[in-house]
Amino acid sequence: MTSKLLKNFNLLIGLFIVGGLLLIMIISFFYTPHDVTAMNIAQKLLAPNGTNWFGTDEFGRDIFSRIMKGTQTAFLVGVITVFIGVVFGVLIGGIAGYFGGWTDEILSRFLDALMAFPGIILALMLVAIFGPGIVNTSIALGVIAIPGIARIVRSGFVQQREAEYVLAAKLIGANAPRIMFRHIFPNISSQIIVAATITFATAMLAEAALSYLGLGVQPPDPSWGRMLKDSQSYLTSAPWYVYAPGIAITIMVLGLYMLSNAVRDLLDPRSKQ
Amino acid sequence: MLYLLRRFVLLIVTVIFVSFITFGVFQILPGDPVLTMLGTEADPAQIENLRSELGLDLPLYVQYFDWITGLFTGDLGNSIRFSMPVMDLMLDRLPVTLSLAAITLFIVCAVSLPLGMFAARRQNKLSDLTLSTATQIGMAIPSFWLGMMLIIYVAMNVDFFRISGYIPWSTSVTGAFSTLLLPAITIAIPQIAINFRYVRTAILEQIRLDYVRTIRSKGIVERIVMYKHVLKNALIPILTVFGLISAEVMAGTIIVEQVFSIPGVGQLLVTAINNRDFPLVQGIVMYITIAVVSINFIIDILYSIIDPRIRIR
Repeated sequence: MTSKLLKNFNLLIGLFIVGGLLLIMIISFFYTPHDVTAMNIAQKLLAPNGTNWFGTDEFGRDIFSRIMKGTQTAFLVGVITVFIGVVFGVLIGGIAGYFGGWTDEILSRFLDALMAFPGIILALMLVAIFGPGIVNTSIALGVIAIPGIARIVRSGFVQQREAEYVLAAKLIGANAPRIMFRHIFPNISSQIIVAATITFATAMLAEAALSYLGLGVQPPDPSWGRMLKDSQSYLTSAPWYVYAPGIAITIMVLGLYMLSNAVRDLLDPRSKQ
Repeated sequence: MLYLLRRFVLLIVTVIFVSFITFGVFQILPGDPVLTMLGTEADPAQIENLRSELGLDLPLYVQYFDWITGLFTGDLGNSIRFSMPVMDLMLDRLPVTLSLAAITLFIVCAVSLPLGMFAARRQNKLSDLTLSTATQIGMAIPSFWLGMMLIIYVAMNVDFFRISGYIPWSTSVTGAFSTLLLPAITIAIPQIAINFRYVRTAILEQIRLDYVRTIRSKGIVERIVMYKHVLKNALIPILTVFGLISAEVMAGTIIVEQVFSIPGVGQLLVTAINNRDFPLVQGIVMYITIAVVSINFIIDILYSIIDPRIRIR
C-alpha cells in the first residue's frame, strides 16, 4: 500500500518538476524578466529584491533570468548526452549480445575498461583534449554513458537471442540487423528507456560539476554549474548568489530521479515487489 | 584459486584496455604538442630537438611501449607545466587525497550501515519513509554546492574548521582534521545516500528469510541477530556497492578539493587540464583508474573469503 503510494508520489512530483522546468525553458526562449547578458556594474551583487528576485551577479545581471535561461543549457546537454549514450550503447551492446563469442569478448572488455574510469575523470580527460563548451561537454558525458547502457542492452540481447521468435525470424530469412532492431529491440526498449532517464539525471549533475571546474559550459552560455563557480568568490559578501543555482540543480536532478524511479516501476515488472 | 586467477587475468586485461584508451585518446589530439609548447614561430631545428627529446619522432607503438613501461618503473616523463617528473608531482599530492578519501570512506560506512539497518527494521514506518525521501534529495544535491553551504554555515561560524587550504598531518593532527573534515563530509553525504539504499534493500532481503526467524525464536538478542547474522549475510551486495563508492569518492575528491582549495591529486589534475599538460593528465588518469580497478579486485577477493560458495562458481 505505502509503496504504491510512494510510486505515484514519485511519478506526480517527478512529472511536476520536470514539466515545470520544461515550461520555464520554453518561456525563456521568448521572455526573461531581465536581459540575460546585459551588464550593469552599478547594480552588481544586489541582494534579492522586488525587481531582481534572486539578486544580481558580479556584473549586475539578474540571477533569476539567468537561472531561467540555464534550463536551456541543462536540457540541451541532457538530450545530447542521452542521444549519444543510447545510440552507441544500443549498437555496441546489441552487437556484443547478439553475436556473442569473440565479438562479445572484445567489446565487453572494451566496455569494462570504459567503466573502470571514474565517470568524471574520463569526461575531464576528453574535455582536456577536445576543449570545453556545451557540445564537447555533452559528447564527453555521452561517452561516459555508453558502457552502462551497452551493458543493459547486451544482457537483454543475450536473454532474447535464443527465444523462439528470434528463431522464427531467422527461419523466414531475416538478416541480423533486421532481427536485432525489428524483433529484439522492441522487447528491451523499456529497459533502455529506464536507463536513459537515469542517464539524463546523472548528466545534469556531471555537467554542473564540469562547469563548476571551469571545464564544461563556457560563458556567455548560462550554466548553473558555471554560476556556482563564479559565485564562490562572493561567499561572504553575497551568499544569496550561491543559493539559486545549487537549488535549481538539486530540484532538476531530484525531479529526474523521481521520474526515472516511477518509469522503472511502470516499465520493469521485475522491480515491483 | 581458479576463480581468483580468472579474476586476476580479467584485471590485467582491463588495465591494458584502459591504457589503450588513455594513451590512444591523446593521439587524436588536434594540433602538435611541440608547436603548442614552443609557439608557431619557433625555429625548425629547435622543434626537431624538442620532438626527439620528448620521443615524439618515434613510431607510435614504441611511444606506447615506453609509456607503459614507465607506468611500472614510475617514470612517466616530465610535466610540461611544472617541468618536474610527473611521478614526483603525484607522490607529493597523494597523501592529501588519500587521507581525504580514507576519512570520507570511514564516514560513509559509519553512517550508512547503522542507518540502513535502522530503516530496514522499521520498513514503511514514518522514520523509514523520511529517511528514504531524505536520501533521494541527498543523491540529487551537487557535492560542490553542499561544500559551499558547509563553508557558509559551518566553517564561517565554528572556529575549529578552516574555510580553505590544507595543514599536513606532520604539522598538526588536529590541524589536518580541521581542514579535511568538512570536505570529507561534503563528499560523503551523496555517497551515504546511495549506500543507505543498498544497505536497506540488502538487509530487507535477509530479514524475510527463515534462518532469521529461527534464531529469533531461539531467543537471541535482536542486536546480535542484526549484527552477527543478518549483516554478515547482507555483506556481499553491500561490498559491491562499496567498490562503486570508492570510485565515486576518488571522483568526488577532484571536485571537492577545488571547493576547499586542498592541494591534492584532484587539484593537480584540474591544473594540468587547464594548462593542457598532457603527460600529467595521462599519468593521473591512469593511476587513479588503476587504483579503482585494484580496489574492485580486492573486493572480489573479499567476496570469496566471506562467501566460500563464490569460489566454486
